[in-house]
Amino acid sequence: MNFDFSDDQKQLRDQARRFLAEHSSPKAVRAVLDGAKPYDRDLWKGLAGMGFLGVAIPEEFGGAGAGHLELCVIAEEMGRALAPVPFSSSIYLAAEAIMLAGSDEQKKKYLPGLADGTTIGTLALFEGPGNPSPRAIKAAVTNGALSGTKLPVSDGDIADIAIVAARTAQSGRETDIALFIVDLKGKGVSRKTLTNIDPSRNQAEITFDNCPAEPLGPAAEGWSLLTRVLDRAAVLVAFEQVGGADRTLEMGRDYALDRIAFGRQIGSFQAVKHLLADMYVSVTLARSNAYYGAWALSTNASELSEAAAAARISATQAFQHCSKNNIQVHGGMGFTWEFDCHLYYRRSNALALALGSLSYWEDQLIDRLRTRNAA
Amino acid sequence: MNFDDTPQEAAFRAEARDWISANAPHQYKDELAKASLGRVQLKGANILEVGKAWQKKKADAGWACLHWPKDYGGRGATPIERVIWQQEEGVFGKLSGLFIIGHGMCGPTMMAYASEDQKREYLPPLASGEKVWCQLFSEPAGGSDVAGLRTRAERDGDDWIINGQKIWTSGAHYSDHGILITRTDPTVPKHKGLTMFFLDMKSPGVEIKPIKQANGQAEFNEVYFTNVRIPDAQRLGAVGDGWNVSLTTLMNERMSIGANVATGFPELFAFCANLTLGDGPALDDRAVRSKLANWAVRASGLKYTSFRAISALSRGERPGPENSIGKLVAGSMIQDVATYALDLQGAAGVVSSPEQAELGGKFQAMLLRSPATRVEGGTDEILRNIIAERVLGLPGDIRVDKDVPFNKIPTKGR
Ligand SMILES: Cc1cc2nc3c(=O)[nH]c(=O)nc-3n(C[C@H](O)[C@H](O)[C@H](O)COP(=O)(O)OP(=O)(O)OC[C@H]3O[C@@H](n4cnc5c(N)ncnc54)[C@H](O)[C@@H]3O)c2cc1C
Repeated sequence: MNFDFSDDQKQLRDQARRFLAEHSSPKAVRAVLDGAKPYDRDLWKGLAGMGFLGVAIPEEFGGAGAGHLELCVIAEEMGRALAPVPFSSSIYLAAEAIMLAGSDEQKKKYLPGLADGTTIGTLALFEGPGNPSPRAIKAAVTNGALSGTKLPVSDGDIADIAIVAARTAQSGRETDIALFIVDLKGKGVSRKTLTNIDPSRNQAEITFDNCPAEPLGPAAEGWSLLTRVLDRAAVLVAFEQVGGADRTLEMGRDYALDRIAFGRQIGSFQAVKHLLADMYVSVTLARSNAYYGAWALSTNASELSEAAAAARISATQAFQHCSKNNIQVHGGMGFTWEFDCHLYYRRSNALALALGSLSYWEDQLIDRLRTRNAA
Repeated sequence: MNFDDTPQEAAFRAEARDWISANAPHQYKDELAKASLGRVQLKGANILEVGKAWQKKKADAGWACLHWPKDYGGRGATPIERVIWQQEEGVFGKLSGLFIIGHGMCGPTMMAYASEDQKREYLPPLASGEKVWCQLFSEPAGGSDVAGLRTRAERDGDDWIINGQKIWTSGAHYSDHGILITRTDPTVPKHKGLTMFFLDMKSPGVEIKPIKQANGQAEFNEVYFTNVRIPDAQRLGAVGDGWNVSLTTLMNERMSIGANVATGFPELFAFCANLTLGDGPALDDRAVRSKLANWAVRASGLKYTSFRAISALSRGERPGPENSIGKLVAGSMIQDVATYALDLQGAAGVVSSPEQAELGGKFQAMLLRSPATRVEGGTDEILRNIIAERVLGLPGDIRVDKDVPFNKIPTKGR
């Protein structure tokens, strides 16, 4: 057993951390947050140049072909730096879906662009309030044309292509749902930017009106493919959450050492120490669950869906717990626009809802445990 | 990143598995599987005797205290081999409760501070379960504040004379030896005047009084010392260096207590899988699912945290203060899990008689034992202090007694 990343993977982590520290500073994050631009184009190009976007995409399709453990390592750093780029949409969702379900031809057509950042992809799944479920999908494809409205779509304004989950029949079964690739620059697509709790990432409403839709994977397997894509993305997003949580713990610790009240460092007050100790505990549990997810993802283990749900729940809890208590440790300063605490607070709450909220993942986890227990 | 055994580890696992299947006391397997925190009992057999016999059998075949050196009764195994053994030993590991303190805390302290002759004399019978050891640290005046202890040791020629009282000493009533921390100089600040010894628990002047616990059982004791003689040769570490010696013990304590603490989750999940709530299975209930999922990720988080720690150990890293999280998380979790398992039973949750209660009263026993988990081996608060100070580098608590001679420190709160 070796339950850790390899030395090479740790080196990659250091490299990504250094790169992001320089190119995704809080100032860069704020430029997007303040609405000056929908994402950081220079950072995106830089990440492509470093080979980070295509790290898990096979070489024959334009990637680096390193693997998913490497992608996990980079995801953690993206989360730590709050990178204001469509990485999760384009890589964890679009590229993963195409790698999982695409024909050889589709892989050749789309993956190189996703790997070098010239194509940005996303997943268009949700249609208003509610968690992922076949019944919630009303958008439909008839005679090859897609109509319906998706909301929210992460990075929906920025993306060039979307993987769209749409209905092809009305039988009420999962097999009604199929996946499609849709060109978002094509005819019949209209998009609207949505204001959202984390403006450092774009959210949009996309309306499709009789748009050409290219089938992705077998028509009847759309729903099961989609849940597999969500499982894979859940592990990767968990690493982003762990990165963010770890950073807020660090911020809280540093502030507790700096700030003096009642003549002593506030970090010497036990209530503050215990707050930070509990943050450490939640990050540690989340990290360990995420490692289990990374193992399952990289080996395509049959435990993947269980591991993904555990990683997702644990990391969501940790990031929310740490980001809110980081503000608490910072006192009034923590509630100023000027301090970076709110950037993490926003991101933690936005990520908590991406890919379906906790109740969806709780259901997934319990269903898997139940199956395993019954076996 | 992998869970796979290396060929060597696989061979070790196969060997362990074969030996266990040929030698374990399988007649107790079902009862042990049902036992839970706060209650390991065997019908018609004495758990202490069965535990000792199993330990002896393991020792004779080279499966006791795997990570200890061979010369001291161990096997010189790697950290991973130790885990493999635990996985294979499974429920039979529950027979080792008697030895946790001796093997986990006293042994490592002896290894670090006893003379070579003493190690060869005392450690093998400890490893083989022939001798049981206890840890005489806590006192009425010194629990979390271990260094606040008052038991005196005074030099008399080649001996020391001990007077005072220990408390909450687990297993003192059946122990053969103990490690004992005492005050040898009350005129210096408290951490500087301590000295550690080991002693024969049958020494004249040692009096042991079992304490009835809150859950009705009696695992721990008061131990009184009246003019007890300990040869200077049984001193562990230098005179006045007892605090440092005790830190070795406490660090090992956290490792061994923290590594495998029960969370109650597997029991709760199995219970819910068979429970009907209202007009459907409990596992279909949204509130139940949410609670279970929350605990599931804590249990798996602990499990994989320990795997990470083992991976670090096998790379040669030392066990650090971060190991405090095991007991911190599991302690309150098992308490909450037990409370919830009773809640799910409605009014009947109050019943604990094994014949009527669900799962033989397992959760009721857990509920009543769990408060101790949050106190023994360091309270939740002390563990949080350790994480905050030693892992995160925050300032130590303000210590008003730090530079005061011990005999000038106030002794009453009000
Ligand atoms: C089942 C059981 C078995 C035990 N076995 C042994 C044994 O074999 N050998 C042995 O030596 N001891 C043993 N103990 C004793 C155990 O180590 C102590 O009970 C424990 O360390 C707490 O000390 P205390 O009981 O004196 O509580 P106190 O130290 O009086 O604590 C009371 C409360 O004050 C809090 N507190 C104290 N100091 C601080 C601080 N600095 N910051 C914040 N809060 C603080 C505590 O967290 C607790 O909530 C056992 C205890 C139990 C319950």
